[in-house]
Amino acid sequence: MKRLLLVAALAAGALVSWMSVAAEKPHADKPAGATVAISQFAFSPKELTVPVGTRVVWTNRDEEPHVVTSAGNQFTSSQALDTDDSYAVTFTKPGIYAYYCSIHPHMVGTIVVH
Amino acid sequence: MNDNHDDTASRRHFLKCMAWAGAGTVWLMKGGVLQARPLGEADGADASFSFVQISDSHIGFHKEPNMDVAGTLRACLHQIRAQKQRPDFLLHTGDLTHLSRPDEFDTLAGLMQEGGVGKTFYVPGEHDVIGDDGAEFFRRFGERQQAGGWYSFDHRGVHFVGLINVLNLRAGGLGALGAEQLAWLKRDLASLSAETPLVVFAHMPLWSLYPSWGWGTDDAAEAVSYLKRFGSVSVLNGHIHQIQQKVEGTVTFYTARSTAYPQPAPGVGDGPGPMKNVPPGKLHDYLGVRDVRHVRGKGALAVTEEVLT
Repeated sequence: MKRLLLVAALAAGALVSWMSVAAEKPHADKPAGATVAISQFAFSPKELTVPVGTRVVWTNRDEEPHVVTSAGNQFTSSQALDTDDSYAVTFTKPGIYAYYCSIHPHMVGTIVVH
Repeated sequence: MNDNHDDTASRRHFLKCMAWAGAGTVWLMKGGVLQARPLGEADGADASFSFVQISDSHIGFHKEPNMDVAGTLRACLHQIRAQKQRPDFLLHTGDLTHLSRPDEFDTLAGLMQEGGVGKTFYVPGEHDVIGDDGAEFFRRFGERQQAGGWYSFDHRGVHFVGLINVLNLRAGGLGALGAEQLAWLKRDLASLSAETPLVVFAHMPLWSLYPSWGWGTDDAAEAVSYLKRFGSVSVLNGHIHQIQQKVEGTVTFYTARSTAYPQPAPGVGDGPGPMKNVPPGKLHDYLGVRDVRHVRGKGALAVTEEVLT
């Protein structure tokens, strides 16, 4: 059991040092962030790869409203985002999260969490 | 458009906006064939009846190029009221509101009274079904014929069909009718003779107008296949905030202008959305007002157009 704890501590230490490379100011209580812009009826970047625990923030830069909707209900969908509205989801499990705009379904994007 | 010496700045600005945004289309039924006229230009003397289509009011939108979408809708409705021959009913082909908010629906419902026309038939746009799959829309404006919201009715020998193509949309797809609605449509049309004039309306275009901007309906071809045995079919849509048309055999597709703001022509610019910085005076020429007539010939439709300045 002691050995197990040690392994866990070492792993956590490795994660923290890795995160300090990935993000400038990591805080234990605040997940690392990543952003997706919604602009010209498209998600940018269309595919985003982030580590587990990342808080992804979508911001609508269009004059049109958009709705961030998980394909297959993998995460909670947003309300209608008017111009400059934001929506955030923290991804706590690895996976491939496809999403789209429910009112403009030709707009699609993917969050890859590892 | 006549400006009767009302020279306040806001009125002038308003009329400029109306030149490209505020109009509806009067549809005249003549001998089983629909003819379109801009509001104010309609001579309905030999028509059996007329109705007016308006679309894409986007109540709640308050940005350039139109800070007063309620005002442009109101002006449109007052034009309808001023028609010599009152239309039998109005058709609103969706996007009543911008964000499906109850106060936006309230405003729309209140304004529609000002058209002085007893009955309006509605279909929802994708802006009217945000967050609740259209529950609020259908509660207020639905015809309550079918659980899915679609419906049909007969008016003076013409069969009208209202379809819903903004729900249950698939990621990466376009508008969708769905198997249940298609099966209903097939049944609904089955008993009609091929001579019955048909008017089919839905928010998103029922033809692949510009799929990369989402301007189309994935399973519309199946629906259109049911329409082809009829001699006179008119398909009326909104969504793209401009007039486009297409003829496919005896089926003619039209899209309507918005009462709120224009969108660019297909493929012009980076994407769809409001055209923000175009001077309204130029927009009048740019978008124009298209006067579409179609006349049934021997098995084919002849379509003529006039551009009004």
